[in-house]
Amino acid sequence: MLKIVGLNSYYGNIHVLKDVNIDISEGEIITLIGANGAGKTTTLMSISGLVPPRSGEIYFEGKPIQGMVPDKIVSLGICQVPEGRRIFPYLTVTENLDMGAFLRKDKRVVKNDMEHIFDLFPLLAERRRQAGGTLSGGEQQMLAISRALMARPRLLFLDEPSLGLAPLVIKQIFEIITKINKESNTTIFLVEQNANLALKTAHRGYVMENGRITLSDSAENLFSNEAVKKAYLGL
Amino acid sequence: MTNLKEIQRSLLVSLWFMFLTFPIMVIRVNPLEKVVIWRWYNMLYVGIGSFLLSFVWRYFIRQKELGKKKNETDGQKSFSLSRRAVDDPRAYIPLLSAVACFTIAFPFIFSMYQTNIMITVLIYVMLGLGLNIVVGLAGLLDLGYVAFYAVGAYTYALLNFHYGLGFWTVLPIGAALGALFGILLGFPVLRLRGDYLAIVTLGFGEIIRLILENWNEFSQGPSGIANISKPGFFGIHLSLQNSTIYIYFIMVGLTLFTILVVNRLQNSRIGRAWIALREDEVACQAMGIDKRKTKLTAFALGATWAGMAGVVFAAKTTFINPASFTILESIVILCIVVLGGMGSITGVIAGALVLILLPEYLRAFSEYRLLIFGTMLVIMMVFRPGGIIENVRRTYEFELKEGKELKNED
Ligand SMILES: Nc1ncnc2c1ncn2[C@@H]1O[C@H](COP(=O)(O)OP(=O)(O)OP(=O)(O)O)[C@@H](O)[C@H]1O
Ligand SMILES: [Mg+2]
Repeated sequence: MLKIVGLNSYYGNIHVLKDVNIDISEGEIITLIGANGAGKTTTLMSISGLVPPRSGEIYFEGKPIQGMVPDKIVSLGICQVPEGRRIFPYLTVTENLDMGAFLRKDKRVVKNDMEHIFDLFPLLAERRRQAGGTLSGGEQQMLAISRALMARPRLLFLDEPSLGLAPLVIKQIFEIITKINKESNTTIFLVEQNANLALKTAHRGYVMENGRITLSDSAENLFSNEAVKKAYLGL
Repeated sequence: MTNLKEIQRSLLVSLWFMFLTFPIMVIRVNPLEKVVIWRWYNMLYVGIGSFLLSFVWRYFIRQKELGKKKNETDGQKSFSLSRRAVDDPRAYIPLLSAVACFTIAFPFIFSMYQTNIMITVLIYVMLGLGLNIVVGLAGLLDLGYVAFYAVGAYTYALLNFHYGLGFWTVLPIGAALGALFGILLGFPVLRLRGDYLAIVTLGFGEIIRLILENWNEFSQGPSGIANISKPGFFGIHLSLQNSTIYIYFIMVGLTLFTILVVNRLQNSRIGRAWIALREDEVACQAMGIDKRKTKLTAFALGATWAGMAGVVFAAKTTFINPASFTILESIVILCIVVLGGMGSITGVIAGALVLILLPEYLRAFSEYRLLIFGTMLVIMMVFRPGGIIENVRRTYEFELKEGKELKNED
């Protein structure tokens, strides 16, 4: 579904991504783990066009998408939940969700989708009219995921959904991620610090170090890999 | 006990003021007779005055804080009278009709002088609504907004001077040129935010004014352009009074048009995109909103109204020169938006009324005019930081709409 070949990205003249290759098939949950500053967020930003890569190729369903503007890429069906949630603080929950469906024209279906989201996250339904900024961290994360889902993406990027959340909430969020993947067959690209949970949830995983992919394997194999255990699982 | 503390504090303030103003209020040196006159009674006045002022000031601040706390504990917002008047249909329909009657009757009741002031107010309402798009909705701080006003005014003045084009022909041209200049400014500042944006737009405003001031062949420099025609009324020649009334009604019409369009824009797709862009640019882009297009339309649509207002301004005064388009104008328009209430249409109207009428009627106080004006601004911003009429869309109006929809579904 998504194929990245030899991707190089820079901030000014800082070389951040170095020859990154990633392959994602339809229906998979793929995780990308790595230390702080490894370049995980940058990878997502490069794919969605927010940080245009300097060289390399990105194919979405066979078509090259590198160099496209971000809104074009979203319209193709790639949507991301940015790091740190970034919900709209002064818009209500409903309005936040509405912004997620910005590019969609099928107003009636959007309304249905919103009700569906409220079924998925009953907590949000109770707070429809509350300003996004007044939600708790966990609720905000749910809202951020919901907002991205409102775009009906076929490929969903999640950047550290567990950031700053209590273990119980993290567990809930990961259950929902699995549910989204199973129920609507949404392909998910999950970037995580919490390697333990990420590897348990995902089918396959990539390990990134200093802007390079150093390992790629099935989630189980990575889980039992000695180097990964030491560096990311703290075992 | 708090009272005792308050009195102590106010006493301190008054002592401090007495000390500060001592050199100018108490000592008076008469250089001719080489004597120093000590005016101790002045010190008493300053002391008592500042004590009372400080006490009253503290009292209101306390009331405000108490009110805020009460709101929080009640768990629901109490709505002020002005707010209710804006939201409740039972209140606003009679109110609206009263305003409409008053607006129509205004030029026939009041003198031409008053009508002229009202035209100015309406022009500023239009400017305020335009700037409100850029600042209030899209959150782009534009300090050079007056440039588009100048573009409109000079468009009419020059086209009328060289080619004899009439008001109605130039009105749309002025609007279009305003929009074009809006985009022209928009392009270089696409990547800028906050303070940087403010500085660049400020520079832009000054550049336009300096061009008008120095390019004599084009704009006749500082001496300006005179004898601009008033708007034509089906070829009939109007007396000065009638033409003022005519311009008044043109302006009423244009203002209504502006309100309608801005209201529609606010609730449209692009309006929501502006609001989202103001809150978080990255999230906006992640949701597939085209940042460039959204920002450029905000600049262009904001500038359109300034262009039109400029055309009316030139037609009203029949004489324009660059001195009418200084940075101070931009600031006044910005004050209208902020003081009135960012993002709120009724707020902008209220802001324009206050900010244009107040200095007019404060003329009686001649030299203290600006002092009173400034003090009122400060007091306003301390006690109502959201503006005279706060934008209610998100907190109240939206709930109502939602509530209705939910009921329908039941
Ligand atoms: N806007 C920027 N300008 C300059 N350098 C940046 C910028 N954003 C990130 N970097 C640098 O790029 C490198 C990779 O950053 P990135 O955000 O992709 O890391 P990450 O893997 O997502 O880390 P984390 O897990 O902490 O979120 C870091 O060294 C960072 O300092
Ligand atoms: Mg990151």
